[in-house]
Amino acid sequence: MKVLLFGTCLVDTFFPEAGEATVRLLRRFGAEPVFPKGQTCCGQPAFNAGFEAQARAAAKHFLWEFDGDDPIVTPSGSCAAMVKHHYPRLFRDDPSLLAKAVRAGERIYELTQFLVHVAKAHEAGLRGKGTITYHASCHLTRSLGVREEPLTLLSSLKGAIFLPMPDAARCCGFGGTFMAKLPEISCALADEKAASIEATGADTVTGCDSGCLMNITDAMRRRGTRIRVAHIAQLLAEGL
Amino acid sequence: MSHEQTSLAFRENTVRALKDSPLRAAMRHATDTFGTKRADAFAPLADLEALRDRASAIRDDVLANLPMYVDRFVASATRAGATVHRAKDASEAREIVARVLSERGARLVVKGKSMVSEEVDLNSHLEAAGMEVVETDLGEYIIQMEGESPSHIIVPAIHKNRRQVGRLFADRLGVPYTDDPQALTKIARKALREKFLSADAGVSGANFAVADTGSLVLVTNEGNGRMVTTVPKLHVAILSVEKMLPSLADLPAFLRLLPRSATGQTMTSYVSVITGPRKAGDATGAKELHIVLLDNGRTEILSGESRDILKCIRCGACMNVCPVYRAVGGHPYGWTYPGPMGIVLTTLLTGMRKSHPLVDASTLCGACVEVCPVRVPLADLILGLRRRKVREGFSDPRERRGMEAFGKAAAKPALFSLGQRLAGAFWPLVRALGGKDVAGRMPVPAKTPLRRRLP
Repeated sequence: MKVLLFGTCLVDTFFPEAGEATVRLLRRFGAEPVFPKGQTCCGQPAFNAGFEAQARAAAKHFLWEFDGDDPIVTPSGSCAAMVKHHYPRLFRDDPSLLAKAVRAGERIYELTQFLVHVAKAHEAGLRGKGTITYHASCHLTRSLGVREEPLTLLSSLKGAIFLPMPDAARCCGFGGTFMAKLPEISCALADEKAASIEATGADTVTGCDSGCLMNITDAMRRRGTRIRVAHIAQLLAEGL
Repeated sequence: MSHEQTSLAFRENTVRALKDSPLRAAMRHATDTFGTKRADAFAPLADLEALRDRASAIRDDVLANLPMYVDRFVASATRAGATVHRAKDASEAREIVARVLSERGARLVVKGKSMVSEEVDLNSHLEAAGMEVVETDLGEYIIQMEGESPSHIIVPAIHKNRRQVGRLFADRLGVPYTDDPQALTKIARKALREKFLSADAGVSGANFAVADTGSLVLVTNEGNGRMVTTVPKLHVAILSVEKMLPSLADLPAFLRLLPRSATGQTMTSYVSVITGPRKAGDATGAKELHIVLLDNGRTEILSGESRDILKCIRCGACMNVCPVYRAVGGHPYGWTYPGPMGIVLTTLLTGMRKSHPLVDASTLCGACVEVCPVRVPLADLILGLRRRKVREGFSDPRERRGMEAFGKAAAKPALFSLGQRLAGAFWPLVRALGGKDVAGRMPVPAKTPLRRRLP
């Protein structure tokens, strides 16, 4: 099955390893990932900051790059939620783009959704190691409604122990441009998240959104905590 | 005392709040407690989602027909013997209340908790007119003594711990220091009892106004609300127009949702339904009842894209779960209403010019949307206000330039790639050029981005 891989601007620019891990996982489960070379960003930074025209320009480009009927897979709950829930709003006055936007929303999968519902990766006996805890990112959980899939995958890892985090779905304080506009609160929230992670005693923390993981990594660095932060794609791909 | 709006200094306010460790500990403790109690209170309700749908639909209907319901309420309340006043803005509301009170020679006024009275800054106006105004809700009593404003819409002193309250009471009331909550409550109760018995008038708010019957509904815990509305011979209630419910039959849905959402209680200690003043044969009640219906911009909000905020029933659940509110408390928001609902209401009621930093005071995490009992789409409303902020030219010029560049690059892959490479090459410079808060917290861009690693 051909799938279109949307890397997301953050993974593309800062965390290409998470993108490569996504490719390995998709191939392992029989999908043929294709990376449309012209892809850029879903437009969320502009959309969330109120710059609708710029968000629409990005979204229009996305719809062009990801046109067709193939499933779209992305290692980000937040970007998937943007396409699914906000694209229709951006094109509400443009019937032909609106139809494409709605269709893209139906075609897009956040990585763990695809791995559980289409690839049945949780039944493949993937290996893992050490102790793992999980941060449930906001848009993934509350906007996209993906709550169980990452847990299903993580608890299926043979040889790894999953340790639940208290208040796992509480915001880490990233919030896109929020981290730039109100850095003091952003750091305070990341600190609190880091403390929750430390309290689990896990040696690795994972999640489905690079923005949050980046913010958490920074808090860990400030606190001098030596806990590995890894995107869920990387953790799962290590067990192939 | 009067409080100037400080919403424009939101960031500075939060920096101060973040350094206040007693405040942060109190906020964490209180919001966690409310969160747990709320979840426990809702757990046995099998029909919660249907109940939320019903309450949401009732509020939608009220907003769709607000002028009709308000007229109906005015007619019913008048028939029941109340005098209803319409106030188009804060100053009219203050003047009406002050006039009603002073015409009847009121000197001592006891007050029940009312955020609308905070919105119109009623106390300072009445005090300027020579009246003594005593807040009788325990939290309000504490912050009035401290000269503060409420930092939460239902738990006004949420930011204080019991030791701070103990020291305040010892200083101001001359009682021996104690930080035992029961002892502190007894001290307040004794002081307040004398005020209730000698007050010339009671001023209250209302949680709901029932259009069919002209009734005011007060949902309270401490009993002070009932004292304020029944002991003095004169009762003045002040409430905003959108608090209408069509009929008493609509009330139960809200009586189930409001206390559970607010404090995690299955029901409050008191629910008062007040229909007109005391009638011949009634054992209690004020002899004279005046109701002030405040518009203060609501009619305008009703016709705009943010109208859904008027569905809000003031439970405070959105602030209890908001990570930003939870970290800094209510005062940094700089006006009457804090937290997610406060971001929206403050911006709409006081104008973008006085409040625009507030619309960025959200991570858009959606926790508020998840708990709102009447399904106010708070995250969407905040996004809408961000678009308005950009449209009206209140966004930072650097952000505007950055976003314009982003819009161009996002639609042109070659430009996007170039930007990516430049960011990588000049990252130390990006950090040095004032990007330390942001770029300093991000990793260095990868030497080879994903797009050049894949076939």
